[in-house]
Amino acid sequence: MTPLSPMAVTLDGKVAIGNFHLEVALTVAPGELVALVGPNGAGKSTLLHVVAGLVGLDSGNLSLGGNTVDDGTIRRRTPPHERRVGWVPQNRLLFDHLTVADNVGFSPRATTKKVNHLLDALDLRHLADRYPMECSGGQAQRVALARALASSPEILLLDEPSTALDTKSRQIIHDLLGDRNSRPSTLLVTHDTTEVTGLADRKVELTSGRITKVSPL
Amino acid sequence: MTTPGGAPRAVLFIAALAITFLALPVLALLQRAPWSSLLNLLTRQEVIDALGVSVVVSLVAAGIVLVLGTPLAWVLVRVNMPLRRLIRALVLLPMVLPPVVGGTALLFALGRRGLVGQWLERWFDVTLPFTTAGAVVAATFVALPFYVVTVEGALRTNSDHLEQLAATLGASPISVFRRVTLPQLMPAMAAGMALAWARALGEFGATITFAGNLPGRTRTLPLATFEALESDPEAAIALSLVLLAVSLAVLVPTRDRWIPTR
Repeated sequence: MTPLSPMAVTLDGKVAIGNFHLEVALTVAPGELVALVGPNGAGKSTLLHVVAGLVGLDSGNLSLGGNTVDDGTIRRRTPPHERRVGWVPQNRLLFDHLTVADNVGFSPRATTKKVNHLLDALDLRHLADRYPMECSGGQAQRVALARALASSPEILLLDEPSTALDTKSRQIIHDLLGDRNSRPSTLLVTHDTTEVTGLADRKVELTSGRITKVSPL
Repeated sequence: MTTPGGAPRAVLFIAALAITFLALPVLALLQRAPWSSLLNLLTRQEVIDALGVSVVVSLVAAGIVLVLGTPLAWVLVRVNMPLRRLIRALVLLPMVLPPVVGGTALLFALGRRGLVGQWLERWFDVTLPFTTAGAVVAATFVALPFYVVTVEGALRTNSDHLEQLAATLGASPISVFRRVTLPQLMPAMAAGMALAWARALGEFGATITFAGNLPGRTRTLPLATFEALESDPEAAIALSLVLLAVSLAVLVPTRDRWIPTR
């Protein structure tokens, strides 16, 4: 893996989206992998959106690597493109007009060397010139992960990356994330208990927008 | 034909009547077409002049529509601004406004004594009414909403998630617009352009009001057709056939949007 410089995430804030309220205090240590679990609608994805900068805090504070990127009290936010956060959304979202290689290399921070490395590491080399429409669900998931990693994120946000994944793809992704020394700080939303025990340093349970339980693993 | 128990006869009958109503004028045009002298009619100087004016006016108008309409559609969908509904209604107004009213309004806005027109003339020595540029303005005015509506529809269906994702990868807003929004919009932009161009090509009312009917300058194909109808009906039919052929051709790129293929 390409060496990364993981960053701490410190979030203590509130968000209101319609009737839904998210109120969370959570710290992720550099290189730590925190599994977010909880029922649908608990606010797991919203929490990732806050860290990525897609949703702003209504109050409180978010800092990445010690720098405040969202100050809810004065409503000032660092835009997503200046945050170095890799987001792999639940529904993959590939750029259909670009080849697999161009998807992986989309980020202005992606270097040819890094893209090539990731195409090999995630077993995508043979698909490099194909388009997303021609990829299976598992392949598309790997492309989405490679694309996020190619942007040299210091924080990785994974929204159910293993859902509908074939065994091979799952293994590749787990091998990558299992390497504590080379992964970014990671927030992993998952329903998969083996994934939690196998990969995570900590498990955080979210219910109705609040953290209800934190278990070290 | 999957209606259980078959389609009601009365409904079928009325639908057939409607089809006849729409097809009849086209058939009449084809039936009266002076096929043998068609080439002669279409190579007359006044026809070639009108064709030239039409091509220039409609293409320039389509270009302006593309440049103005794309950001406008994006703003209407993606930017949360006050009075958005009102602005949207204003954008769509030329679609429902009688073109002659549009032309009159343009005259009072951009005419030599118009709201803005007087300054255009005083400061930049630009006069729009009764010039080819004026015909372009009239065509742009009526065609713009057709493009905006088409592109806006596509923007609404494409969620902004891909744009957000591109931002998290480090792409600046302008880069996201160029690398993600525009490529995604290409099919809708092509369809919108075809519609807007066809509307610009067929424009009559606003053009004759604002730009007049000057041969070789503002007399476009529709104006020439109307003119010929009095003096030379055969030429009018020939010109109509040209416009009909163009209209049918426009249906090709917009096929998927307006003629759903099963």
